[in-house]
Amino acid sequence: MAKAEQKTTAATGNAFVAEAYRQVAPDVVCAYPITPQTTIVEEFAKFVAKGKVHTEFVAVESEHSSMSASIGASAAGARTMTATSSQGLAYMWEELHIASGLRLPIIMTNTNRAISAPINIHCDHSDVMGARDTGWVILFAENAQEAYDHTIMSVRIAEENSLPVMPTLDGFITTHSIARAEVLDDESVANFVGEFTPEHAMLAEGKPVTVGGFASLGNAYLEVKKAEREAIDASADSILAIGKEFEELTGRPYAHIEGYGMEDAETAIIILGSSAGNARAVAREMRAEGKKVGVIKIRTYRPFPSKEIAEMVKGCKAIAVLDRAESFGAPAGPLALDTMSALYENNVMVPLRPYIYGLGGADVRLDLIRSVYDDLDKAAAGEPSPGLVYLGAH
Amino acid sequence: MANIKELTKQPERLCGGHRLCGGCGASIAVRQCLMGAGDSEVVVSSATGCLEVSTTIYPYSSWNGSFIHNAFANSAATMSGVEAAFKGLKAAGKIPEDRDVKFVAFGGDGGTYDIGFQSLSGAMERGHNMVYVCYDNGAYMNTGIQRSSATPLHAWATTAEVGEAQQGKKENRKDLTAIMAEHHIPYVAQASVGYWKDLVEKAEKAFNADGPAFLNVLAPCPRGWRTKPEDTTEIARLAVDTKFWPLFEVDHGEWNLTMPAKVVREGFKPVVDFLKPQGRFKHLFKPGNEALLEEMQTTTDEYYSWLERRCAAE
Repeated sequence: MAKAEQKTTAATGNAFVAEAYRQVAPDVVCAYPITPQTTIVEEFAKFVAKGKVHTEFVAVESEHSSMSASIGASAAGARTMTATSSQGLAYMWEELHIASGLRLPIIMTNTNRAISAPINIHCDHSDVMGARDTGWVILFAENAQEAYDHTIMSVRIAEENSLPVMPTLDGFITTHSIARAEVLDDESVANFVGEFTPEHAMLAEGKPVTVGGFASLGNAYLEVKKAEREAIDASADSILAIGKEFEELTGRPYAHIEGYGMEDAETAIIILGSSAGNARAVAREMRAEGKKVGVIKIRTYRPFPSKEIAEMVKGCKAIAVLDRAESFGAPAGPLALDTMSALYENNVMVPLRPYIYGLGGADVRLDLIRSVYDDLDKAAAGEPSPGLVYLGAH
Repeated sequence: MANIKELTKQPERLCGGHRLCGGCGASIAVRQCLMGAGDSEVVVSSATGCLEVSTTIYPYSSWNGSFIHNAFANSAATMSGVEAAFKGLKAAGKIPEDRDVKFVAFGGDGGTYDIGFQSLSGAMERGHNMVYVCYDNGAYMNTGIQRSSATPLHAWATTAEVGEAQQGKKENRKDLTAIMAEHHIPYVAQASVGYWKDLVEKAEKAFNADGPAFLNVLAPCPRGWRTKPEDTTEIARLAVDTKFWPLFEVDHGEWNLTMPAKVVREGFKPVVDFLKPQGRFKHLFKPGNEALLEEMQTTTDEYYSWLERRCAAE
């Protein structure tokens, strides 16, 4: 694939996502407004009103119906996209399982936001983490460029693996900040995503199907779930292959995880989303001071890149995992738990310190991140872990 | 409308061999409704419930056309998505402009009056070209006869028990048909599996309406009503003959009673004729409950006379 012509523009993360939706031009978009997702849907509604897309736009009455209608549309044979956030994603919870259980390639952007109570509209990952076990492929974007790129890649990932995909970007920090990104031409996007040709579709003429039947007798349910597990595991290679193709088109590489300074890092922070930039900024400063520190940013969160993470941290003396979500009652936040499993599974025994940070949009100050690296020096020196630490809290 | 002989030659969309109970009103409601679609291609959805469970036991399906079950609360939203896909795929040139498909969503009263109410209201307001059919048996029958907002006043249910302190459900049923009429959609009707001709005619109007349509069909459940399977259609007729379940339609805003002429001519039966054969009302016939029985007649009369005034006001 030859490199495409690209245009560098400045816009909000949400505007870049909406632009990707327009270029993908799905057959159906069902959506319900929620902060900070709204501007994606508003922008897209303008494209619909101007006749720029052939999409049937369904402005549903709730997020439950948004995912319900998306499931109907996708099962019918339409390329289907939607977007949500926070309470909206939580309200869809039963439908998230049904979308993946029916193996429907729905693409849903999530703009990451805190979950009530108390109500808070700002960024954290509590919403996505509630969906981490629902059988969706989940991608985290650090910035507007990745949000745009992931949206387009998601179409291919979804349709080639018969799995729903949730590309996410951080609420307000990425959704509403104006940033610079390179945008592909319409034709290149159309060629990249190609036609959606599902194997089974309710509206395929002369080939009726029954979707969502009752599998309570015998082991059918168990077999279906095993197939789902195999599909999401297998999607890891497919994501990389699609990422490679996308790189040929755009010059921007894709990997499940990205290391900074990891070639010689003695201590490292593992992190998701926009705060990876903060962590890198601190690491850059500290490396200039001669400290061997690194950052691992995860882009593919589900399927979880266990091997890649274990491989990248195996030379470290201590690592920290920064979670922007809670897993109340568990020893640590969800990303830390995943990382612990990854290390154990791959026989890599590096001291790991779990942190919770930035909940409800709490500032992710550089000095806080620096304090984590300082803690890691102590951990590397054999100091016992104090357990879960809330960064920046009293 | 086709006559009864012609109807017997219609394509069988819900095949025999499903696992619904003998005498189940739901399968009768579904078959009669689908007869209203004539020769058209029909795509069906169902809320979670007896109908879905009993007709799609993996690896079998009783549905000849495409069918989808999503969850409990969202038969309407799911079908609205299927219908949107039809439009989107037409706009994409993937479905020919002249292809005609009828879209119909089914749900029981629990999945329609209660948990699926918002989904139904939203889909109707958005104007999807689909028919929603509630098969109303007045309780959550699939989970074991729990009360819903469609359960009649004083009826027994496993969550509206009969005992020294309580005589079944304490509240009146929700008037869903009228609520749907107030959505001002092209066609709304109330029907009963006891009057098949009326039901098939209404289904035909619903399928031919240009836009959303809603049918509320009384479909007795022998398990929940504590009736004999062979009495289903007879009881469904008595519901109408006693005015307990009046037949009416709201056709493009025009309210019309469609009560059987013979019944109107000969006079309505007392509501006890409908209640008596049903075990769910047997406590009303015990000494001391005379006032409750009387209240059943009064509320039935009052509702019917409200409906008469509503229809006459047109």
